[in-house]
Amino acid sequence: MTKKRMIHAINEALFEEMERDEKVILFGEDVGISLFGDTKGLLKKFGPNRVRNTPISETVMTGMAVGAAAAGYRVVCHLMFGNFIYTGFDAIANQAAKLRYMTGGQITLPIVFMAVFGGGKSSAAQHSDSMHPQLMNLGGIKVVTPGSPYDAKGLLKSAVRDDNPVVFLQAGGRGGQNGEVPDEEYIIELGQAIELNNGDDITIVAIGSMVQPAIRATKELSEMNIKVDLIDPRSLVPLDKNKIFSSVRKTGKIIIVDEAKDMCSAASHIAALCVDECFEYLKAPIKRVTVPDVAMPYSPPLEKALIPNHEQIIKSAMSIINDSYKSK
Amino acid sequence: MKKNQKAGNLPTDVLLSMYEQALLIRNVEIQLGADFKNGKLPGPVHLYIGQEAIAVGICQHLSDSDWIASTHRGHGHFIAKGGNIKKLLAEVYGRNDGICHGFGGSMHVADFSKGIIGANGIVAGGIGISAGAALAAQLDNDGNVAIAFFGDGAANQGVLCEALNISSLWKLPLILVCENNGFSEFSPSSTVTAGSIVDRANPYKVPGILVDGNDTIDVWQAGNIAIERARSGGGPTLIEARTYRHRGHVEAEYSFLSEEYQSESEVEKWKERDPLPLLKQQLLNEGISENQLNELSTAVLTDIKEAVDFADKSPWPEKSQATKFMFK
Repeated sequence: MTKKRMIHAINEALFEEMERDEKVILFGEDVGISLFGDTKGLLKKFGPNRVRNTPISETVMTGMAVGAAAAGYRVVCHLMFGNFIYTGFDAIANQAAKLRYMTGGQITLPIVFMAVFGGGKSSAAQHSDSMHPQLMNLGGIKVVTPGSPYDAKGLLKSAVRDDNPVVFLQAGGRGGQNGEVPDEEYIIELGQAIELNNGDDITIVAIGSMVQPAIRATKELSEMNIKVDLIDPRSLVPLDKNKIFSSVRKTGKIIIVDEAKDMCSAASHIAALCVDECFEYLKAPIKRVTVPDVAMPYSPPLEKALIPNHEQIIKSAMSIINDSYKSK
Repeated sequence: MKKNQKAGNLPTDVLLSMYEQALLIRNVEIQLGADFKNGKLPGPVHLYIGQEAIAVGICQHLSDSDWIASTHRGHGHFIAKGGNIKKLLAEVYGRNDGICHGFGGSMHVADFSKGIIGANGIVAGGIGISAGAALAAQLDNDGNVAIAFFGDGAANQGVLCEALNISSLWKLPLILVCENNGFSEFSPSSTVTAGSIVDRANPYKVPGILVDGNDTIDVWQAGNIAIERARSGGGPTLIEARTYRHRGHVEAEYSFLSEEYQSESEVEKWKERDPLPLLKQQLLNEGISENQLNELSTAVLTDIKEAVDFADKSPWPEKSQATKFMFK
């Protein structure tokens, strides 16, 4: 094990996968110079055929990812900020998500669309969206949201090897986050949640950027003798429902922490699933800790007011612990 | 006389092959038009009647290892690239033996084994995809090319500029074939398209060729120049083929449009320049007998009858299959 930043873990995953399979190609805006550091060194190592800087042309880039994948390549299409998924959305939503299905399963489309998502860096509304719910609703796209350097590397390697389109969303504010990463090769299968803490009192499901505040909340709740079952789904499509359900059956209480806007968020979807499958086990209302349905503001105090933190998670937990909600 | 001289450059068997393909496309479309009118088709169809010279003139240069991406008006390209008409008809009829097992229908006919990435329901959806297939062909370095067929309506989508820019920069083996049929769905081109489409190639230093899209030999010659250039590493070409859509945008419009946007006199005028009689005359000028051409025509009609029988006999897809093919 070696301590690495998340962005370095991602960089390693790309190096290893491009080394392993010469059909892996990567393109995107400024991938040579690498704004975030995740594609640093790839151009030098693998050359300008397999690693290409593109013009700022998301519409054609996402389309090209589909065409090159249909024609036999494993494509990593780097879209920089998640909001730029919207400018290239036609080929993601109308082509990548549907082409295999529409053509009766004639092809596979091994594509990874990479981007950072979420707020927290005063990048303002057009660089701070958490758009995983829109992607989850497309049907034909896998959605991966790593919460640690270890997960980021293992999941990205798995995403590159996957024969389906995958959107790999790295929490924008977490690139510098440190964590232990194995020195030997490993992959993490998509659709397997991880239990980050074992407890019997309450389940907390935390997504992407929300994993760190949830870990802090878990520690502080533990000091109050409230034991949290903390789960990071790691991928939202496919979603490891069973791990969440078995935790809810154990604790009877669940909070879902998601940086998406509340309406039709991953949190609301998971909440609905828990009602369907675990209704008789629930001892309290399901709580969603999400972002209000507004755009992300620029100024730090405004941004802080909207992005969920450990205090909100603790407050939300306390509201359903010890049946306190019943006295309301 | 001029046409005769031009035909002299082409082997007779090439001319005959193109005529046969054009006849096949024309009569399949006539069949589907009648099928729609008789309520046999579950969904909309956009017929290629009048534009056959373009698909056959371009696809004559291609093999199965070259790629084409097409449009919602895509049956002609499918047939010209070697797609099976039994499977085409079964698909448009919504049957299990369709080329996409009934999952795609008219707007999504594709056969990847023949290099047919497919028709596309999104106007200009095929442009980015074919640029990606061209990238794959460039990386494969086997001299293969990718063709994007699109209409004058699609020329007004921004992705055309993006594709011209990136394909010029990267010298992609891409041929952008704009079939200017005079209409953007229900809007005459003059009301929605500024300037000249072929001239849009100039600022990107992409060669542009304007051809008579009703003259198969003209199209063949432009295709020859563009495809040879692409195969030898010379990069992309934009071909604008001026033609005319004999039918409406979509067959269903005859039952719902209250206002005329395509005058009968205009259709009649263009029928005088129908690509099929024009090509037939060129063959007669080459010394091919009327008898031989009639035999060809009879054979084509027999093939279509067999294809209709095949499609009619094919079962509907099982309901249980509806969730198949989303992911591999």
